[in-house]
Amino acid sequence: MSSPRANHGSTSMTKELRRTSIIVLVMIASLFVSTSIIQVVDSDTLAAAPTNSRTFYANNSVNRGPILVAGSPVAYSVPSDGPIAYQRVYTDGPLYAPVTGYLTIGQGNTGLEAAMNDYLTGTNGGQFLDQLNAVLTGQRPAGAAVETTIDPAVQQAAWDALGDMTGAAIAIDPKTGKILALVSKPSYDPNELAVHDTAAVIQRYNELLKDPSDPLIDRAMNGNLDPPGSTFKLVVAAAALEDGYTSDSTFANPAALQLPQSSSVIHNISRGTCGSGDTVSIFDAVRLSCNIPMAELGQELTYQPIYEKANAFGFNQSIDIAGGAGLASTPSAYPRYLDVPQTMLSAFGQSDVRASPLQMAMVSMAIANGGTIMQPTLVDQVIGADQSTLVSFQPQVFGQPIDSTTAQALTAMMVAAVSNGASSGAQIPGISVAGKTGTAQNGTDEANTLWFTGFAPADDPQVVVAVVVQNGGGRGSTATGSAVAAPVAKAMIKAVMGQ
Amino acid sequence: MPRRSETGAPGAATSAMQLTGAIVVRLRKPARMRNIELGLLGFAFLLVAGAFVLVEFGAIGHLSSHWAIYLSALAVLVLVLHVVLRVTAPEADPFLVPIAVLLNGIGLAEIHRIDIAKDWTGWEALAIRQVVWTAIALVLGIVALILVRNHRVLQRYRYLAMLTGIVLLLLPMIPGLGKTVNGAQIWVGLGIASFQPGEFAKVALAVFFAGYLVTARDSLSMAGKRFLGLRLPRARDFGPLIVVFAASMLVLVVQRDLGTALLYFGLFLVMLYVATGRGSWIVIGLLLFGAGAWVASRFLDYVDRRLVGWLDAFNPAYVGDQSYQLVQGLFGMAAGGIFGTGLGQGRPSITPLSQSDFIVSALGEELGLVGLFAILALYLLFVGRGFRIAFAGVDDFSRLLAVGLGFAIALQVFIVVGGVTRVIPLTGLTTPFLAAGGSSLVANWIIVALLLRLSDGVRSGPRVIIESDDRARSAVHA
Repeated sequence: MSSPRANHGSTSMTKELRRTSIIVLVMIASLFVSTSIIQVVDSDTLAAAPTNSRTFYANNSVNRGPILVAGSPVAYSVPSDGPIAYQRVYTDGPLYAPVTGYLTIGQGNTGLEAAMNDYLTGTNGGQFLDQLNAVLTGQRPAGAAVETTIDPAVQQAAWDALGDMTGAAIAIDPKTGKILALVSKPSYDPNELAVHDTAAVIQRYNELLKDPSDPLIDRAMNGNLDPPGSTFKLVVAAAALEDGYTSDSTFANPAALQLPQSSSVIHNISRGTCGSGDTVSIFDAVRLSCNIPMAELGQELTYQPIYEKANAFGFNQSIDIAGGAGLASTPSAYPRYLDVPQTMLSAFGQSDVRASPLQMAMVSMAIANGGTIMQPTLVDQVIGADQSTLVSFQPQVFGQPIDSTTAQALTAMMVAAVSNGASSGAQIPGISVAGKTGTAQNGTDEANTLWFTGFAPADDPQVVVAVVVQNGGGRGSTATGSAVAAPVAKAMIKAVMGQ
Repeated sequence: MPRRSETGAPGAATSAMQLTGAIVVRLRKPARMRNIELGLLGFAFLLVAGAFVLVEFGAIGHLSSHWAIYLSALAVLVLVLHVVLRVTAPEADPFLVPIAVLLNGIGLAEIHRIDIAKDWTGWEALAIRQVVWTAIALVLGIVALILVRNHRVLQRYRYLAMLTGIVLLLLPMIPGLGKTVNGAQIWVGLGIASFQPGEFAKVALAVFFAGYLVTARDSLSMAGKRFLGLRLPRARDFGPLIVVFAASMLVLVVQRDLGTALLYFGLFLVMLYVATGRGSWIVIGLLLFGAGAWVASRFLDYVDRRLVGWLDAFNPAYVGDQSYQLVQGLFGMAAGGIFGTGLGQGRPSITPLSQSDFIVSALGEELGLVGLFAILALYLLFVGRGFRIAFAGVDDFSRLLAVGLGFAIALQVFIVVGGVTRVIPLTGLTTPFLAAGGSSLVANWIIVALLLRLSDGVRSGPRVIIESDDRARSAVHA
């Protein structure tokens, strides 16, 4: 057809053909790369995406193991008639929601359901023989049971004591770090999110998400954390005692104090002096929960020792209560770089200091335990479908932020605070309770956040507790930690002590 | 040129003719090509049958007998095509039909699998429709092979091809005839059935481009001024480029079909480049299309949604909306991993349009990365066979047409799979041979028929092997 030409003969088109072949090769090669990235490199990330409904199907196509509290299931699976083989059921859903979390189709998973998913579905590496056995015998594979550390009596006591207040409570065995109670209010019912109807799940999930009371948030360890208020004085006092101060070190005792470089004036909660003397000791400042001497201490101590001690107690890091499996707290915050007036405010738990009940329980745990914090944990053991123990709880030391002398001195202050001080709301006849209340201000007009943290019995601690109640517990601007939060702590301590 | 040696007995592998005492002329025996094809077809049938057995055992636990009948009927049609090739194009490429059969069959198995998941039966089942369309496509392919006995005829009808291509492109825009499906107005309804004329336009335009460029290449490749190291074409030669560009933009704006616009324009650019050898055409063309697409993304909501859904697919605001399908497809592929869930064991039906646009992600889920690599390798082999025809072609028209048809398949695979795997923004196009869709199947089987015809033309050319006396003699006497 075409006449041979010097420029465009058949031979010259060969060069263009060769280049076009290279273009095609590059195009197809890019697809080899893109498919490899999706199916190999990113596959785990994609599988873990909250909107991935395939993960839900996979999680519920096996007889998912139960989550147990004291041997009784609080979450378990029953066979379902629909396209998904099993339906998840939660007994006492709202009560245990912070523990179990939820397992949804397309809206993500939380709590132990998410953190222990490998074990619950039987796909953990340690369950390989179970899986092989299921394949060989043709049985449906079954997942492992996760036994929690929760004590149902303590959990129920905290739930009842919080009533209809917005807040959270946590109780930990100081000797082992086992979490005995983990309660958050208001709560939600995970059963409503476990249904196999995607549209219904999305609707309910969005309702809960938009609910101004934030029921999906586990306030014991997550969410927008609250300023710890006076409970943080324990951290500042600990930093002081480790820095050469003693319980008897004294500070000036004015009724009002203007912060340096600032026009702000701070007061004690009583609006008067801290006790009647001209000076006041650290012991009395903690016992009576006074702000001015703590601010003076903060100014003398300077920012850095407080920052370092806060970090040693666990501030500014996420705490995983499922042994690293991924049930992690929002880090409590002691800010990096505070100027002098901010440091003084932080010394009584204001400024930008934020803490979770879990964190404040860890502060109390160090004091209760002679200075040692045990790693808080929610998982007691994991039992395979063949009744073999896959994971057995081993107490682990989280850290030692203070020495035993400091711990003893702080214990004495906390005992006095309850027996003869600002935290008297936690008194229990016959039991020596060590504790510290907090009443944190959130702004001029807003209701206070009320705190209590402590332990009992003071001479042989069986339990450390931390309670937070938001919005003044609905009791207006005059509500105090001692009146509102301490009774919740008392209820948990009584439950542990068998009263 | 005689096809067969006069001394060559039918069935002999090689015929040899001694011309002088020193030179022996050997003539190739065409039956060899068809025997290779038959062997490969048997292998393809086996794989497709295996895929169906796995799908049915995996998804419903037993075999359904009527599918054996459907598949056997299609296999008979494929064998008819094979016999037609033995008669009308004995030296045609032996790989094209087996590859197309294998892709078509695996696609059919996966479509059937998703029908099961969706509980679609009878005429509602896309796999049943796909069987009918496959049969129609095979018959039309056979007809094309019988009608077009010499590819040079196509060159003569290049302007008819242009007209056909343009009419097909415009059809969906005619009120009352055009239908809008999933936002794109690329369908034509004909009462009982509807089809996408754009798929056929692809073939017609490739024929036109090849015919036109062969005659116009001289003027198109005239050197113009140099700019930034590129030799720019003369202004008056921009005409055809502008026409095709305008047609592509029309498709983009009026039919809301980004993928088809990209396919046509890319096809034209590459054929233009091969014909003229001027890289500047590609640069100018890409700049033009890039500018057009950018303007489109500013003013056309659907292009912008695609763009945003691609760049920011996992944004929580988009995963339930514009990037839902893309993300679900990615989840499916991720669930498949390296070895896949196994046919009938995954959940490909979660992804919308998993039988057509997203068949690749469905196959990625159930056959794994390994399966997708095999499928991509099959496409590469298919396109490679097309390019081989282009390299070996005896005339420029057949070479241009072969590269155009081969590149059209390659570009379409890239646009679809690249869209599904987030290499480029997602556009609606069918995966050749795999995806559910009659128009696409028919058009692609006609491409197979044309490539077969072109390759037979290549092989039917002079193929005289001159050997030395000694070796020939020993071969004869062996």
